[in-house]
Amino acid sequence: MAPAIELIGITKRFPGVIANDNINLTVEEGEVHAICGENGAGKSTLMKILYGMQPADEGVMKVFGEEVTFGSPNDAIDRGIGMVHQHLMLADQMSVIENVILGSEPTKGGGIIDFDAAKAHLAEVGSAYGLTVDPDDMIDTLEIGERQRVEIIKVLYRGAKVLILDEPTAVLVPQEVEELFNNLRELKADGATIIFIDHKLQEVLEISDSITVIRRGKTIATVKASDVTAGDLAELMVGEELPSPATGDSTVTTDVALEVNGLTVLDDDERAVVDDVSLKVHRGEILGIAGIEGNGQSELINAIVGTWSANSGNVRMAGKDITTASVRDRREAGLGYVPQDRHREGLLLDAPLWENAALGHQTGAPYSKGFWIDRASSRDHTGTIRSEFDVRSPNVDVSARALSGGNQQKLIIGREMTAHPDVLIAAHPTRGIDVGAQADVWNQIRAARAEGLATLLISADLDELIGLSDTIVVMYHGKLVATLDPSEIDPRTLGSYMTGAALSDASATDPGPSELSGDPS
Amino acid sequence: MTNPLLRRIGLALAAPVLAAVFALVISALVLELSGSDSIDTFRTIGSNGLKLETFVDTLNRATPLFLAGVAAAIGFRMNLFNIGVEGQYILAGFAAAVVGAELNAYALPGFVHTAAIIGTAMLVGAAWAGLSGLLKVTRGINEVISTIMLNFIATGGIVAALLPKVITDPTAANQGTDEIAERAWLPELNGLLEIVTREIGKGRRLTGVFLIAVIVGVIYHVVVNRTVFGYDLRSSGMNPFAAFAGGVPPKKMVFLAMVLSGLVAGLVGMPEILSENHAYDQGFIQGLGFGGIAIALLGRNSALGMTFAALLFGFLDSSSAVLQVQASASAEIVKIMQATFLLAAVVAYEFVSRIRQRDEVARASVATDVAVDSAAIGGASA
Repeated sequence: MAPAIELIGITKRFPGVIANDNINLTVEEGEVHAICGENGAGKSTLMKILYGMQPADEGVMKVFGEEVTFGSPNDAIDRGIGMVHQHLMLADQMSVIENVILGSEPTKGGGIIDFDAAKAHLAEVGSAYGLTVDPDDMIDTLEIGERQRVEIIKVLYRGAKVLILDEPTAVLVPQEVEELFNNLRELKADGATIIFIDHKLQEVLEISDSITVIRRGKTIATVKASDVTAGDLAELMVGEELPSPATGDSTVTTDVALEVNGLTVLDDDERAVVDDVSLKVHRGEILGIAGIEGNGQSELINAIVGTWSANSGNVRMAGKDITTASVRDRREAGLGYVPQDRHREGLLLDAPLWENAALGHQTGAPYSKGFWIDRASSRDHTGTIRSEFDVRSPNVDVSARALSGGNQQKLIIGREMTAHPDVLIAAHPTRGIDVGAQADVWNQIRAARAEGLATLLISADLDELIGLSDTIVVMYHGKLVATLDPSEIDPRTLGSYMTGAALSDASATDPGPSELSGDPS
Repeated sequence: MTNPLLRRIGLALAAPVLAAVFALVISALVLELSGSDSIDTFRTIGSNGLKLETFVDTLNRATPLFLAGVAAAIGFRMNLFNIGVEGQYILAGFAAAVVGAELNAYALPGFVHTAAIIGTAMLVGAAWAGLSGLLKVTRGINEVISTIMLNFIATGGIVAALLPKVITDPTAANQGTDEIAERAWLPELNGLLEIVTREIGKGRRLTGVFLIAVIVGVIYHVVVNRTVFGYDLRSSGMNPFAAFAGGVPPKKMVFLAMVLSGLVAGLVGMPEILSENHAYDQGFIQGLGFGGIAIALLGRNSALGMTFAALLFGFLDSSSAVLQVQASASAEIVKIMQATFLLAAVVAYEFVSRIRQRDEVARASVATDVAVDSAAIGGASA
């Protein structure tokens, strides 16, 4: 029997970066096949290709043995491939049945929607796969897990035999994850094929039959879930032969540049997303924060940068309390910021490069004099950033939108570094950029460190964290739960701290994360 | 067009030219369908446009349109849709007329009297717009909703309720506030034009507010493009999250942009108060706020663009009167031309900007390839 999905030599290039490099993947019919990899490893690009959202540059796709090319998701749906996106795409103010049929409404004479036929078909699909929903419920009355089930049913309703689930557990609480897994097992028993994208290793091991690991756009291995441990997977995911971002000799001083004391940040639901966090970053030190996304790292940096206000605790720069200072005051006091999402927080996409270079530094030289923007000197300086940081662009007047992601990132790094900050908050500084540019960014951070820069580094790339940091703290459920020495730790152990798995035994052997959460420095 | 410079110039001109052609074609169709002679009508508009008096009319009409355009553009730069310029200038005009009439009784130098009137108008405009800004910043109320509501409150509520209270002569045909003393009137600027032309006849007087509009235009251009504040405003409008991370507080900018927008909106009614009627009456000009939105859209929020847009709309407006008399066409044809022109221009701008964006991406990727190639060569030879 031909496999459900076969991808042979899939390659996809974006300007300056190869997202998928000769990917091979075979998914047998009726199995749950997990695709694992770090953020930016190329998983979502691959799924977009498989679902017809982007064409591959090279390679062959076979569905149930037949070679196919997809021009749009509709072609994929026609072949029985359906996708459940990470961010649920449902109309809240409509009922379940209305959402399910949206875009493929059955009609009876005169273009009137045939709800009876739709409901009958929905019931058929539901009983065939053991999924139940009330077709008349309004979406906004449903829990997240139930909404996700609606998304799955929506895909099945359209006749999908192969389901792609993009990080489905990211939005769920543990009980809901269990329920989702039960549903998936049910689907599998009824003959569906499931491609499951995730980076939470325990979950992957629990639900899947086979696992394919992707790293930096390449398929590393396909293994049977029964043959591997979480540790093996972590090793496959992060690799160990990569260019090392090692920091070299310690330049850590005793001057505290950034100090956070008992910081607590509440989200809109009044839950503590940052919970009594204390840390110190010294001049010449890189403090890495490890943690799976969504454990409070973003909120912590927002509170330090000042775009989100802290509910208690304080933040000090060079001894001065800046807890209530405006973002501008903090930036002017020497706080550099490389945001985690460059399009959202880092750039003015429609503005020329020189205006982007000025962003965050517009109140002083070389970008302005008093009230006036100094255009000549701004462009001049941007030209310097462009050549020193190898930002590939025709000139400094093109819009930031025209640049590739890697070049955009280099522009941001250049603008922050050339402002000579005292403290740098770097969130995923090399996310989505190619290996060469990554090494450049590491070099820049290292050079600045030698000159006394204090850096707070947040990264999902564990090699980067271990290689660059002088000290690593682990953030888990809003708390700092462990302080680790990067010279004595490998990605695998660090990974187990990040998932909370190592915490129970670590507290017995280590100096004790519980006491560290008070002051890890 | 392979020459990149030529191509860029071509693209810059393409949008307005395309829009103009489209507007002319549609208007001609409408004229023919309604039984008028389109060629004759366009000829009438054209020959009327050559008259000096029409030029004065055009400037008089363009002046408040331009001011309303700047007011709307300040909001647009910040991604705010200030629909309330209409209510802001009407309320401001009313308040300014009342204050101006009250001050008749005091012995003031003329320029102080004038300044008090203008100051009142600006402050009232700013306060009324600031209210929407405050609602948005503190309560998250969309400015489109609040400014529309405040338009009704200003015109149908406050002005309608207060106007009867300030009328001193209930027998007058056109009831309104008392006339402002002559010392506060702005001088006409005919002399300025007559330096280069013949004497302006037929009782046409170029409003003194024209100079104010020129000054406002220059200040707008300089502040938006050359100052840190203007940079903050634009960056906040383009990407409020990035601007915030770069130290620009979004709420403060929203509030300030609304206040500044209202400040300029307050000036829109000044030609009526200071040059034409010298009072607020029931015939006070309406609709300029919405005209201003059209000007801002057509002029792409740039001072120069809005100047051309205001002159064009002003000219078309001033043509509408002669059409009925000379070409037996309906005066409303002017409105149709304005609307089609605006619609076509917005579509053409979008079209051209997409071509531009594609060009840019192409050039940027060429730059990347060249750099990669030279790096490869450098690496090979090393």
